[in-house]
Amino acid sequence: MNKNLTLTRRNFIKAGAATGLLLANPVFSMGRKPPLGRVVIVGGGYAGTTAAKYIRMWSLGAIEVVVVEKSSQFVSCPMSNLVLGGTKTIDDLTFGYDFVQKNHGIQWAQDEVTAINTQAKKVIMKCGELNYDRLIVAPGIDFDYAALPNLMTKDAQQQIPHAWKAGWQTVNLRKQLEQMPDGGVFVMTIPKAPYRCPPGPYERACQVASYFKAHKPNSKVIVLDANAEVISKKGLFQKAWKALYPNIVEYRPNSAIVSVDVATKTVITELDQVKAEVLNVIPPQQAGKVAQLANLLEPDYPWCEVDFLTYESKVAPNVHVIGDSVSSGLPKSAHMATSQARVCASAIVELMKGQSPDPAPVFANTCYSFIDDKLAMHVANVYRYDAPKKIMVPAEGGGVSANASAQEGVYAQAWAQNIWADVLT
Amino acid sequence: MHHNKLQKIFIALIASSVIWPLLAQTAEDVVVSAAQNSDLHARVLAASCAACHGTNGNAVTGSNENRNAILAGRDANDFTTIMLGFKDGSREATVMHHHAKGLTEDEIRQLAVYFSKQKPTGAVLLKPQTLKAYHE
Ligand code: HEC
Repeated sequence: MNKNLTLTRRNFIKAGAATGLLLANPVFSMGRKPPLGRVVIVGGGYAGTTAAKYIRMWSLGAIEVVVVEKSSQFVSCPMSNLVLGGTKTIDDLTFGYDFVQKNHGIQWAQDEVTAINTQAKKVIMKCGELNYDRLIVAPGIDFDYAALPNLMTKDAQQQIPHAWKAGWQTVNLRKQLEQMPDGGVFVMTIPKAPYRCPPGPYERACQVASYFKAHKPNSKVIVLDANAEVISKKGLFQKAWKALYPNIVEYRPNSAIVSVDVATKTVITELDQVKAEVLNVIPPQQAGKVAQLANLLEPDYPWCEVDFLTYESKVAPNVHVIGDSVSSGLPKSAHMATSQARVCASAIVELMKGQSPDPAPVFANTCYSFIDDKLAMHVANVYRYDAPKKIMVPAEGGGVSANASAQEGVYAQAWAQNIWADVLT
Repeated sequence: MHHNKLQKIFIALIASSVIWPLLAQTAEDVVVSAAQNSDLHARVLAASCAACHGTNGNAVTGSNENRNAILAGRDANDFTTIMLGFKDGSREATVMHHHAKGLTEDEIRQLAVYFSKQKPTGAVLLKPQTLKAYHE
């Protein structure tokens, strides 16, 4: 076995059984170092898994890739609001990693990272350690409960779900909505931007309202937004609320949450107190835990600064950050995470070959939102590297749908199938 | 379901004909086949179309209504004409105008060459699974 890879026996077997590749892969089975070195990727979400696949593809197998991910399944956050609306189940959004592992010879450790030593270029996990030549940190978001300490416990989060990472939290919120009597009030709170998925909260308001309209028509959706206005697809969401849910959705801007009373499901804002039957607090967010462990956050902004040509961290050499944890004006979306992952993958392949990456990357982003069970709308932009500013800026010509439509509802489903297939096969 | 069988066939294809020959390459091969700068630009840009058109333009062809266009192996001239139509607004679109307008004509031509060279291999429609109890 490669001497750089010290996994405990139990974990090794788990990873081996999952991929079938630790032994089957000709490069590693002979104990040879892969010719260009090893990349370790922490996080198997949209960003991390995409980076793993494309590094293997574009290096023609010459870079060894090990992904460390604590979950055994991939659960898609995009489309998870439809679980609340009732047109999808969480099982429709849950996938295995076996295809992508086998198709691309990606090594996999199902484990949790406990520390990162960027000096020694080493990732320490519960069940072993991994040395890397380059590290990619793709941990998504972490919730920042500093201002909402009584929501910190698992128990509080059971009663007041965030449902902002898809999984049992989503199922929990759907169950609460199902159990709520007609005439009840659903309250959701939106943190100050930036947060994961800018249009997501407004789509959620539509999905819950769509469920109420069909099944509990006397119920209300109250949206308490810490922002001064709807921050994505504003005109389109306002139009949807007015046209489809005039007596259901009530939107209140500038309503930052000050505290929450868990027992009575009451939200206290600066000006108001709102009591809910079902309460969904989307907490303020910051770069994921592993980015914190590696000290990659800016001193007074909880996101990670990177070089947009390579996604290399501004504070730790040979460590790259992609996806929601990146500090940028870019939307924290799944498509964006995959676009960043591919720039990073392409750059890492070139750097490890001793060559230079593309000096002016360009990529696309799209976010679809469903306003009921069928109608969807998009925001889409191309982003280009701006050399003087050293950031990615939106190119001219992007924009939003003229109207939500059933045709875009179909295309949005196609988007999901294609991005899942791209990331996971 | 019948997708299952299809999946298996694709996987067998991928495993036998694509991955193993690639893995057999050495570092020298990789360096010799070094990409040009314009190739690097095109491969990342083309890959950002994958969210809707699949890896290397191999879109998932699930149920008929749910399908997006397959770009792999498309004639470069047709591709360029269509994209320029999206760019200048003469071709109807729900979303493609918002992508095409952000690209330069030169980038569209690079993409045309890139996709025309990709093999139409088909794509896997992923089968979802039951969420496990111990997942977060
Ligand atoms: C958000 C999803 C999405 C993304 C991203 C996307 N497309 Fe499309 N594409 C579509 C849809 C939907 C259509 C059908 C036309 C429409 O309604 O806009 C389409 C149509 C096309 C067509 C015409 C196919 C035909 O035969 O009529 C081409 C060519 C194309 N896209 C190329 C691209 C390229 C190149 C990129 C990346 C730069 C890209 N697309 C990115 C969704 C997407």
